[in-house]
Amino acid sequence: MTVAASNLPAAPSPDPQAATSGGRRYVSLRRVRGLGVSLVLLAVVMALPFGWNVPSGLTATFTMTAPPSVTVPDLVQPVRPVSIGLAVACALLGIALLARRRARGSYLIFSLGTVLFLWSFLVWVGRGTQLNFVSLLAETVIYSTPIIYGSLSGILCERAGVINIAIEGQFLAGAFLASMVASASGNVWLGALCGAAAGAAFGWLLAFLALRYGADQIIVGILIDAFALGLTNFLLQEIFTNHPGLNSPPVFPSLAIPLLSKIPLLGPVLFDQNAIVYGAAVLLVVVHLALFRTRWGLRVRAVGEHPKAASTVGIHVASVRYRNVVLGGVVAGLGGAAFTIGSYGQFTSNMAAGLGFVALAAMIFGRWRPFGGLGAALLFGFSISLVSFIGVLGVDIPSPLLAMAPYLITIAVVAGLVGRVRPPGADGVPYERE
Amino acid sequence: MTTEPLAAPAGGGTAAGAPPLHRRLLGRLVEANPAVVTVLSVFTALVFGGVLIDVTSTTVLHAWSAIGSHPGTALSLTVTTVTDAYGAILSGSILSPSVLGHAISSGSGWTQVFNPISETCVAATPLILAGVGVAIGFRTGVFNIGAQGQVIAGSIVALYVGFAVHLPIWIHLPLVVLGGAAGGAAAGLIPGILKARTGAHEVIVTIMLNYVFLNLLNYVLGGPPFQLPGQTNEISQKMLPTARMPHLFGSTLRVNLGFVIAIAMAALGSWFMNRTTLGFSFKVTGANPDAARTAGMSHAKVTIVAFAISGMLAGMAGMATLSGTNFFLSSGYGGTLGFNAITVALLGRNKPWGVVWASLLFAMLDVGGAAMQVRTGITLDLTSVIQATIIFFIATPMLVREIYRLRSTGQGALQLFTKGWSG
Repeated sequence: MTVAASNLPAAPSPDPQAATSGGRRYVSLRRVRGLGVSLVLLAVVMALPFGWNVPSGLTATFTMTAPPSVTVPDLVQPVRPVSIGLAVACALLGIALLARRRARGSYLIFSLGTVLFLWSFLVWVGRGTQLNFVSLLAETVIYSTPIIYGSLSGILCERAGVINIAIEGQFLAGAFLASMVASASGNVWLGALCGAAAGAAFGWLLAFLALRYGADQIIVGILIDAFALGLTNFLLQEIFTNHPGLNSPPVFPSLAIPLLSKIPLLGPVLFDQNAIVYGAAVLLVVVHLALFRTRWGLRVRAVGEHPKAASTVGIHVASVRYRNVVLGGVVAGLGGAAFTIGSYGQFTSNMAAGLGFVALAAMIFGRWRPFGGLGAALLFGFSISLVSFIGVLGVDIPSPLLAMAPYLITIAVVAGLVGRVRPPGADGVPYERE
Repeated sequence: MTTEPLAAPAGGGTAAGAPPLHRRLLGRLVEANPAVVTVLSVFTALVFGGVLIDVTSTTVLHAWSAIGSHPGTALSLTVTTVTDAYGAILSGSILSPSVLGHAISSGSGWTQVFNPISETCVAATPLILAGVGVAIGFRTGVFNIGAQGQVIAGSIVALYVGFAVHLPIWIHLPLVVLGGAAGGAAAGLIPGILKARTGAHEVIVTIMLNYVFLNLLNYVLGGPPFQLPGQTNEISQKMLPTARMPHLFGSTLRVNLGFVIAIAMAALGSWFMNRTTLGFSFKVTGANPDAARTAGMSHAKVTIVAFAISGMLAGMAGMATLSGTNFFLSSGYGGTLGFNAITVALLGRNKPWGVVWASLLFAMLDVGGAAMQVRTGITLDLTSVIQATIIFFIATPMLVREIYRLRSTGQGALQLFTKGWSG
């Protein structure tokens, strides 16, 4: 029987290595070879356009110091030798992947190769000029923040068995209301609270339609996204055009953590951020502990994996799901607030720009574990931050093509890196008590 | 669960026979079957829209505040405000009795009589095409939110064919249509292949691709060969006259060959899904993937082909508007067409002819809404609210069932259109 089953690669047979969602990632050797080949291809790009084609003698200067930290010298790198050196290292990593007979640890090697590629790309971008490396990374953290909130929101809902596609809409609603309330009251904390409430309201709508009336969760989620987009655009026109004062909120001030912010590079990047960014970090830990170390978390996961079993032992499936979806809305609403009062203030039309879906991709990549998606969230944040930096530096790549980068990276991550994942058993399946 | 109790009390007369016809028909009307739910969804949304009109109308609210002295005025105003608004939608999208009367008495002005319905057909054309595409995807179990990107891809190819080559119309126009179809199909193949080969979920991939194509459009419009010479804005050249859809009824009515193509594609789609082997394997895969696999249908092939067809129709939708009425592309082309395609597919119950009716209804609301805004001053956004409300009800049939106390059909109330991440 088992032999026959293994002859059908397409069959979604439960695979022992991924038996529990969030278990060890299952990576096939074929995929490892694919990763190896892509590293070698990246190395070629690094060696030729980024290295050989650059006139010799050009250097790229990275600024490594920002205010709170102690001063460190700038990093001056001759472009051609650095790029070619990085290319050789990347090619070696690729060959190492190709020669591997075990899949374990391959992702680490691949990530290392990607970092080398990004480094080489930065050197190429910064050729003949100065690039503020610290602020690039600090921006990365800021752009990653809503994605982290979004993926935590997705985890809270999906661990309980409800697919939350409405994160995008909850982002927009949260961003809008946070901006408006913070502008009107002058209080960022009140703004964040109302942003969370707006997210919760849409979370409740999703729960109401999907749980009370058994509507298709993905369809309702998409409807909520469209509804939130239309509503915020409408209100943007109706209210903010006539009362621009309602869309110029104060933003959360940066709070430098005493000592830690003095660390070179890491200090200004990680320890001189605002409360919303710190909030994301705290929430990561809290959600992780709550899900995997508490009775509440066990119940949530039981409801998401096997609602019937959970119901049999006396857990009220519907109310657990209801609570979690609303809670997910709160978290996504806070993520929305990060767009406005957590970074630059003003609300603009469709400012979430698909990041709600990027957050879902990060969640899937992280196998529905809070810390799993962190790397993906940071990668997406980095690509967005890089795009805005390159725009400022005036590199001769047309800006629309650059703007595609975060979306293409998301597709590549979802298609190329995720592989076979196992979502919570009852994810997206309505539960009716018999 | 049987449907027997429904008939039992009625069919007492004859021993083993079915209940009388009128009983069965009445029974049909009070049970939550798709047709009843659809009609009631539209009805409820229109009532909701009416309430919205009343509570936002200052004259109505004014009359109600004086209800003690003039109760009749308040009530009649409440009704007439709504009937005026909906009357304006009807006359602005189908037929205006006053214009018709004028045309009959004067013998001229017949184009004004037919203009509203012509505009409705023009607005429905892309909705039908893209909607049928999304509907075929739904029936196959794939959720194509990428219609917007596929619309753009098809339009770019169709536009290029439309201005770059010089040919007689009888060969140029078919090439434009093919270009739109090919561009859309190519864009649809991407999520199809990724889903079939790597398991990447189509919801994420298609939405990311929408942004990719949006930026691609901005990129190609930013320079030669697409950009209108002498322009710095993101505006393209116009299509050559030989690449434009001929009008069906004279030059003043905008309804064009694109509408005929849309109806033909809906007919073709219906035939394909109901009468071909491939269409059957689409439906089986959508209804029960495991059964389809057991029956030897290739899940990968069905997914890829379904996505290609879905994308092809979306590409044709972009082409139809481009070649029918627009003739050029600008930044943000396609707008919310991708989303509207999903809504008409849901309203049309994922059946091609259902999509045609749903598209005509939504086009009526769009075209008539503009007329209503001019005539009554009620904002056009009202029609979007009505459309959204219709879809909310369609997506939650149990809600409609509960509002109207409909009887359960007993076939399991939960009807899912989409599958989770692993599906």
